[in-house]
Amino acid sequence: MMDFVNIFLSDSFWAASLRIATPLIFGVLGALLCERSGVLNLGIEGIFVVGAMTGWMAVWLGMGLWGGIVVAALSGALFGLFHGILTVIFGLSQHVSGLGITLFGTSAASFAYRTALPQVSSPPRIEPFRALDIPILSDLPFIGPVLFQQTAMTWLALFMVALVWWVMEKTALGVAIKAVGDNPDAVNAQGLSVIKLRMGSVIAGSALMALGGAFLTMSAFDAFFFGMVNGRGWICIALVIFASWQPGKALMGALLFGMFDALQVRLQTQAGAVIPGQIFLMAPYVLSIIALVIVARKADYPRALLTPWFKGQR
Amino acid sequence: MFLNKLTRRCMIAGVAIAATLGTAGMAAAEAIKVAAIYTLPVEQQWISRIHIALNAAAARGDIEYTFSENVANTDYERVMREYAEGGQKLIVGEVFGLERAARKVAKDYPDTAFLMGSSFAPDGDNFSVFDNWIHEPSYLSGIVAGSATKSNVIGMVGGFAIPEVNRLMHAFMEGARSVNPDVKFLVNFLDSWYDPPKAKESAFAMMDAGADIMYAERFGVSDAAVERGVKAIGNVIDTSGDYPNTILSSALWHMEATIDTAIAAVANGSYKADDYGQYSFMAHGGGSVVVDSALVPADVVAKVAAVEADIKSGKFTVAVNDDAPVSDK
Repeated sequence: MMDFVNIFLSDSFWAASLRIATPLIFGVLGALLCERSGVLNLGIEGIFVVGAMTGWMAVWLGMGLWGGIVVAALSGALFGLFHGILTVIFGLSQHVSGLGITLFGTSAASFAYRTALPQVSSPPRIEPFRALDIPILSDLPFIGPVLFQQTAMTWLALFMVALVWWVMEKTALGVAIKAVGDNPDAVNAQGLSVIKLRMGSVIAGSALMALGGAFLTMSAFDAFFFGMVNGRGWICIALVIFASWQPGKALMGALLFGMFDALQVRLQTQAGAVIPGQIFLMAPYVLSIIALVIVARKADYPRALLTPWFKGQR
Repeated sequence: MFLNKLTRRCMIAGVAIAATLGTAGMAAAEAIKVAAIYTLPVEQQWISRIHIALNAAAARGDIEYTFSENVANTDYERVMREYAEGGQKLIVGEVFGLERAARKVAKDYPDTAFLMGSSFAPDGDNFSVFDNWIHEPSYLSGIVAGSATKSNVIGMVGGFAIPEVNRLMHAFMEGARSVNPDVKFLVNFLDSWYDPPKAKESAFAMMDAGADIMYAERFGVSDAAVERGVKAIGNVIDTSGDYPNTILSSALWHMEATIDTAIAAVANGSYKADDYGQYSFMAHGGGSVVVDSALVPADVVAKVAAVEADIKSGKFTVAVNDDAPVSDK
C-alpha cells in the first residue's frame, strides 16, 4: 500500500504521465477540431502513422527537427484534405472514408518507408528532441522534472491546447466552426461558406493529429517502426467524447489516460507476482471506458456531426 | 506531393510483384526456390535473423530467395498457398498466430517443404518447425548481469508472455542467480512487439524502482538505459554498435545452421517433418553469446567462457521453463 502512495509522490510518475499524454493531446485536439465542425475523422490512426513516418523521415533526410514538424503537419493536412474532399464536398459516409484513410495512410507510410530504405537491418536513428534544460526552472524540485525537463514537443502540445481554446472560445472563427457543426444552414444563411469552414477544420485537425504521430518518432523515440502507433489514435476518438469537445477537458482527458498508463506500468512491475500483468495492461482502457460512461451521459454532441451538408438542400 | 508520387509507384510495384509471382513457376534454375513469409518487417530482431541467413544462402547461389513481409496473420494462408502454387520448393516463416491453419495448408502441398517458427510439434510429411532456442546464451548473459548489478535489481521488459520469450527470460534469471543469489527481478510485458515509446516508459519505471541492469527484449529498453546511464543486456541481435558503452552482453540467435540444414535436405530429397529447434542450440552454432570485455571484468568473462564450454560439451544443461515470469517480491 505504501508503494502505491509512493508512486504518486514521485516526480518521475508525473513526468511519465505528461510524456505519455503528449501524443494524445495533439490527437484529441485534432479530433476535437474536426468534430466541432461536424466531421468525424476516423482517419486519425492512419494520420498518426503518416505523421510519425514523414516527420522522422524529414529529419533523417536532414531537414532538422522543426523542419520535420512542418513536414509531418503538412502530410497530415494532405490526408485531411483527402478526407475532407470525400466527406465534406462529396458528402460520403464519414465512417467509411475515415477508416479508408487509416488503412491508406498506414500502408502508404509503410510503402514510402520501404521504398526509401529497401535493405536495412535496423531502422536508422535520428537525433530526437532532447529534454529541455531551462536554467533554474529545470532544477526546481518536483516541478522541474515534471514540467521543465520535458521535450519541446510537449510544450508545443500544451501551447496548442491554449491556441485551440483561444480560437474556439474567443474568436469569430471559433464561433463559426462551432456553428457549422451544430447548424450549417444557419451558417450558410449568414453568408459564410460551410464547405470552407469544414474543410479548414478537417485539414487543420488532421495536421494536429500528424504531430501526435511525429512526437512518437521524434521525441519519445528516435526511429520509425511499423505498428508503433499501436492504437493511440483510437484512444483520442474516445477522449474527445470524454472531453465534451472542450479543449481544456481534452487536456485533462489525455493527462488522465497518461496517468493510468504510467500507473499501469509501475503496478505491473510491483505487483505482477500477485495479480496477472494483463489486468494492469487492460486497466487504462477500462478506466477510460468507465470515465467515458460517467461523462458522456451529459455529453453535448455537435448537432450536425456526421451529417453532410449540400448547398441548396435542406 | 512526395506521398502522391510514392502512391503511384506503389501501384506500379504492386503490378510488378503480381507479375513476378505469376511467372515464378516458369523460370528454371538449379538454385532451390525459397520463399519466406514474415508477419513483421525484416528489421524486426527475430525476423532479421532468418532474413540474414536466407540472404547468405542466396549470395552463395544455393537458393533463389523471395519474401513477403508485414503479412497479417489473417492473410498468411493465402500467401503460403500463392508461393506453394508458384513452385517454391521451401517456404520459411512463422505460424505462431495460425498454427493449425498453416499445418492444413502444408498438407495440400506435399511437394513443398515448410519450415516454420512454431510453438508446437512438426506435422505430416513436410511441415518442420524451428524456434529461437537461445536459452543457453541467455543463461550466459544472465551470469554477466548478475555479476554486474550493484543494486541487486534487474529490470526485464518483454513483448508478450509467450513460451519463446518466457524461456529466455527464465534462463537469463537462472544465470544471474547462479552467480548472485540476492538478485531481484522486475518483470513487465507490453502486450505489443513494436511499441518502443512504451518499452521506454516501462524501462524508466523499473529504473525508478532501483533497476541498474536492463534486460532488453524489445526495442526501446536500451534507449532508456542510455538516457539514464545504466547498462543493458541484448537479446537475439547485437545492438552494441547502436548503444555504445551500454550493452554488457548479448545472447545472439543464428539461423544459418537451421536454414542450411533444411536447404541441404531439400536439395538431396530427404526433407521430412522435423523439429529444427536443436539447430538454434549453441552446439550447432545456432546461439552464441557476446560479452563486451571493455565493460565486463576479466573474471566474469572467464566464468562465462567456462560455462559456455560446459554447455557445448554437454556437461551442463540449461533448464527450459516456459511459464510466464513475474517480478520478485
